[in-house]
Amino acid sequence: MPFDGIRQNRTLQVLLGLAFGIIFGFLLQKGGVTLYDVMVGQFLLTDFSVLKVMLSAILVGMAGIHAMNAAGLVRLHVRAGSIGSTVIGGLIYGAGFAVLGYCPATAAGASGSGALDAAVGMAGIVIGAGIFARLYPVLERSVLNRGKFPAETIPQLLGVSPVPVACAVAIMILIILALLATMGL
Amino acid sequence: MYDWLFSATWPPYVVGAGIGILAWMTFLLSDRPLGASTAYAKTAGMIEKAISRENVASMPYYRQVTPEPDWQWTIIIGVIAGGFIAAYTSGTFALSAVPPLFAAAFGADTFFRFAVALAGGITLGIGARWAGGCTTGHGISGTLQFSLASWVAALCFFAGGILAAGLLFGFWFL
Repeated sequence: MPFDGIRQNRTLQVLLGLAFGIIFGFLLQKGGVTLYDVMVGQFLLTDFSVLKVMLSAILVGMAGIHAMNAAGLVRLHVRAGSIGSTVIGGLIYGAGFAVLGYCPATAAGASGSGALDAAVGMAGIVIGAGIFARLYPVLERSVLNRGKFPAETIPQLLGVSPVPVACAVAIMILIILALLATMGL
Repeated sequence: MYDWLFSATWPPYVVGAGIGILAWMTFLLSDRPLGASTAYAKTAGMIEKAISRENVASMPYYRQVTPEPDWQWTIIIGVIAGGFIAAYTSGTFALSAVPPLFAAAFGADTFFRFAVALAGGITLGIGARWAGGCTTGHGISGTLQFSLASWVAALCFFAGGILAAGLLFGFWFL
């Protein structure tokens, strides 16, 4: 694949990770989504900034990624999920997110902008990840593989190419964004 | 001319588009999706490693998520720095402990807010690793690849979040 020289250069990758992180944190901060009130406002359905940022990112991101994938420039990185892992973990995550008021990325961005409670939250996330690592062998045997999803991607599930899925997702995103704008949210 | 660069907020669509383009770059130059929660698991592993190297070697999870300061770890250091740069250059950097919405509902006690943030963080940390990703890894990087697990995860994140926030602050729409 092209760019393999860059991709396999470990030192360069560590620096690239740092650079990508700086851009990401900068954007999150500019979008206002590093604010507790904005994040919790999303879950209270009073502030839709988080959803607007996410949907715009998906819209732009998917166009480039699938075009580059078709051109052989990038490969996809998807993993199969399961009810035991994705659904249960997702619900636990959402509850923790609403209590903390930041997600792993925005907690870091908020810490950088001076929110001390976000820094405490970051310490909590590390502790939580450490607890999960200790529980992992037990959970792996008992819960995580329950109810495996039948496919890795939505196109695989439907037996279609990514193009119609991209069109449907794009239309859905544009409708949601237009509705939010007309409703003044 | 550069006023927009230093303005405190950008429209969410501009920020989202920027993150979308950032996702192209991480796939193209690093062959990786953008993610944030792995860095926390790596940090936990590094702390465990500092305490007992043998212990970490025997833990299966840290064979999958290697406790090393690599790309996935430096990204979160970058996010802290990026948040600081954006806040400092636009004049919004300020130390704060209790967000306004939290203070209005539960009082302005710093210790209480820190205790809640710690508990929330621990819960989120367990959930992120349980689900195999966070708002960034599943919610943006996974969904844009049309990963089935990521779309289910994103819906569950919102379901869990809406439920928990409603229980804490009350459901205004009920």
